[in-house]
Amino acid sequence: MSKKYKIAYLFTAVAGLIALTVWYLSKHTVAVLQPRGAIGEREYQLMIMLLFLSLIVVVPVFIMLFAFSWRYREGNKKAKYSPEFDHSRILETIWWLVPASLILVLSVIIWRTSYELDPYKPIASATKPLTIQVVAMEWKWLFIYPEQGIASVNYLEIPEKTPITFHITADAPMNSFWIPQLGGQMYAMPGMITRLNLVADQTGTYIGSSANISGRGFSDMNFKAAAKSETDFQKWAINTKINSLPLDSKSYAALAKPAIQKKPSTYNLAQDGLYYGVVMKYMHNHSTSSIDSSSLRNEKPKAEKPFMPSSHESMDHSSIHDMMEMHQ
Amino acid sequence: MMLANFLGRLTWDALPQDPFAIGGSLMIIFASLTIVGLLTYFKKWKWLWSEWLTSLDPKKIGVMYIIVALAMLVRGFADVLMMRAQQALASGSNTGILDANHFQQVFSAHGTIMIFFVAMGLMFGIINLILPLQIGSRDVAFPFLNATSFWLFAAGMLLINASLMLGEFSAAGWLAYPPLSETQFSPGVGVDYWIWSLQIAGIGSLLSGVNFIVTILKMRAPGMNMMKMPMFAWSVLCSMSLVVFAFPILTVTLTLLFLDRYLGMHFFTAGMGGNAMMYVNLIWAWGHPEVYILALPAFGIYSEIVATFSRKRLFGYTSMVWALIAITVLSFSVWLHHFFTMGASANVNAFFGIMTAVIAVPTGVKIFNWLFTMFRGRIYFASPMLWFIGFVIIFTVGGVAGVMMSVPAIDYQVHNSLFLVAHFHMMIVGGVVFGFFAGLTYWFPKIFGFRLNERLGKYAFYCWFVGFLLAFIPLYILGLMGATRRLDHYDSSLGWQPLFIVAGIGALTIALGVAFQVLQLIVSIVQREKNRDVTGDPWNARTLEWSTTSPAPVYNFAVLPEVHDRDAFWATKQSDIKPTAIRYHDIMMPKNSSLGIIIAGFAFICGFALIWHIVWLAAIGLIGAIISVIIRTTDDDTEYRITAKEIEKIELAAAATRKIAV
Repeated sequence: MSKKYKIAYLFTAVAGLIALTVWYLSKHTVAVLQPRGAIGEREYQLMIMLLFLSLIVVVPVFIMLFAFSWRYREGNKKAKYSPEFDHSRILETIWWLVPASLILVLSVIIWRTSYELDPYKPIASATKPLTIQVVAMEWKWLFIYPEQGIASVNYLEIPEKTPITFHITADAPMNSFWIPQLGGQMYAMPGMITRLNLVADQTGTYIGSSANISGRGFSDMNFKAAAKSETDFQKWAINTKINSLPLDSKSYAALAKPAIQKKPSTYNLAQDGLYYGVVMKYMHNHSTSSIDSSSLRNEKPKAEKPFMPSSHESMDHSSIHDMMEMHQ
Repeated sequence: MMLANFLGRLTWDALPQDPFAIGGSLMIIFASLTIVGLLTYFKKWKWLWSEWLTSLDPKKIGVMYIIVALAMLVRGFADVLMMRAQQALASGSNTGILDANHFQQVFSAHGTIMIFFVAMGLMFGIINLILPLQIGSRDVAFPFLNATSFWLFAAGMLLINASLMLGEFSAAGWLAYPPLSETQFSPGVGVDYWIWSLQIAGIGSLLSGVNFIVTILKMRAPGMNMMKMPMFAWSVLCSMSLVVFAFPILTVTLTLLFLDRYLGMHFFTAGMGGNAMMYVNLIWAWGHPEVYILALPAFGIYSEIVATFSRKRLFGYTSMVWALIAITVLSFSVWLHHFFTMGASANVNAFFGIMTAVIAVPTGVKIFNWLFTMFRGRIYFASPMLWFIGFVIIFTVGGVAGVMMSVPAIDYQVHNSLFLVAHFHMMIVGGVVFGFFAGLTYWFPKIFGFRLNERLGKYAFYCWFVGFLLAFIPLYILGLMGATRRLDHYDSSLGWQPLFIVAGIGALTIALGVAFQVLQLIVSIVQREKNRDVTGDPWNARTLEWSTTSPAPVYNFAVLPEVHDRDAFWATKQSDIKPTAIRYHDIMMPKNSSLGIIIAGFAFICGFALIWHIVWLAAIGLIGAIISVIIRTTDDDTEYRITAKEIEKIELAAAATRKIAV
């Protein structure tokens, strides 16, 4: 086979593979590249920007690699050969300074976006944010809606265009809470609460999962995150409140037994402060000197804190009662 | 009952139960029996013991490292094939070939083995083989310590393989994050196997680090000041400095986890005030430098190869040295980028993000310097050079992903996904393993006296390169589609299966590359007379290791070379000065010692006993190891003399076959 044919075959194969990939991608959801929320959108844009920024270095590297390999191959006696050419102050300064200035630009980007997209930062919006408490369990996700007085397992329903503040903990080994089409992930750790702020800009159903290995049932820690209209969400919340079995410490204990749950379930939250009880259960015999640190600001509830529902939680609770009455 | 206590937790149940573990165990047993049988049949036991197992010659220790590492590469690659088969099959209701627990053991073993026993083994092997020769030294600073390091490495390797036959391996990933790795969630012996195989091998690595630093600082040939040192030696110095600072962290972290698991302490547990975040910080404070511990020597190898095969001096030597030093220092300031998603505040994440991005600068400088070493050279594309070209392509692509992930806000979206998996494989396989393969091909004739078959070597490279892209480009896409790492099955509606199948085809292509490498070794041994290197300098190379015969004599250099140039041997070849009459002197070389293998044997016993909670046996192992060390310290007769006459005889015989005048 002549060299020309070899190259032609190679190009055809590569072009074919690229075409196949494009066709495949057009048929499937590429979650990170098809964000449906402001946070995910911003992270996606950032990714594309970084890709182009790094091309400033990558393209010259590839061009030089292939050009030099070809030009200075042993067989090419026409090319200049300077075996003692081993340094150049100008050239070396260029490739210390050009990447360094790119990194300077990148540093500014990193610094700004770390604040802008800080998962703890509440999302500015005219709509009142919704708080959802997340418990990674063995091996399922429990979502508690303290304001609605409901809970669900492996199913997350949120109103669209409403900022959601997730309070994340684990009653299990470390997990990571991730809904790629809405935005980045956050670790879920026992005895601690981490936070994540996300928003869905349009209705739809998105995949969610755990990104950190947490034991045998880890691969089944999936859930559907459904973004609905505000009214649909309220309807769902009320229906759930009425039609579901109660979730209290007793039924929670049954739920907490290590098991995979394929079918989602919903609950009527029958015990206030259940979430803090889950967080605090790892704190028994905990000395007063907590490992709270200001830089790693995962909230560790103080041992002295009573397991009482906060006043605003009970208020939210009663407002749901009001709504239910209205509905009836 | 007595017996139960006597053997701790070791019972008949520890024997393998599932077909894969049984198959693996049978293969290991069969291979061991074959080797034992062959050794007995050919009456080679004494030869093996006195020429290899008790040898303190770094060239032989290096060969043993590489044999172990290549065997472990096959083992780690068997894990790859199982994982790829599982993920290619287990879509929807299909459960694949492994259940969740076995799958998790397989990927945990894969990561642990590939990093600790393949990459580290190849690295220490190549350093042992080449470093003393390259700096014009006869030996390492502490030959006995060197042997002990190797045998501790081998003991760790044996322990991790014992987990296949007795009990189970850790299912908590290669870094065993608590609380998953604590007794509450991992009550079995798997995590204990992980702890003790790493602990024992890790101590060996630490001792090696000390050894090579002293070797480089104290044993260079006369005239070789620091800025005349070959780039590989510089990279080893930087890498070993990292070893000395990083491995104690690993030792302490493993010890704390051990205390949690054995004595019910609460350093990292979920309750009782323990904090798993502390472990995650500690393990990465070791783990990130570890990446550079592996990468720097590979960079050093590329530097030697590019200069040699471009027939040109290495471009920007001073820049290269400072780039190495910059990477060495910076590598300790980036560990938090492995867990941007743990809830640290924006300024903490931003700081570590920026530090991570900054490392790209010296790395980029190195790439440009290599490219300009090729510029106006006469490039001879032997297979080591092909590995280098492949490295630049893969490492650059992986590097783009790395720079992206240095931005915390982007990392949130791809962390722990297959995108991350693709990225670090591109860095560690494309960056590190390709370099070690290039180095092995390049230096093989120096150690064994004949070259490897070039044609098969090139086939192996093409398979590796194409297979690698096929195996990991789909993982980038899968990660962006939301596929997290370590899934033993996934929903069929996601449509991930075709990409996993492509990745599986990629793995098979790499397997073909491995097969070519095995074949290359066999063919090269069979045809060794045809490829014999009689010159000592088969590549027309530049550094001192090529100035002695191939294979190098036990004393490396009959007369220690005097260095006046960075490319010391190249300069000698260029100069017209004929060597004057040589006067040989007696040389003192270290005697063999069996205590290295004995110390490691006791360490193995101790580790094994601790895994199974056999207290008395652990005590025997520990005390035995300590006594062996004491015995060695009392031994003053550790060297033997090679007389000038013997050296003259060896050198004359070598000169007769060697086609250059002495």
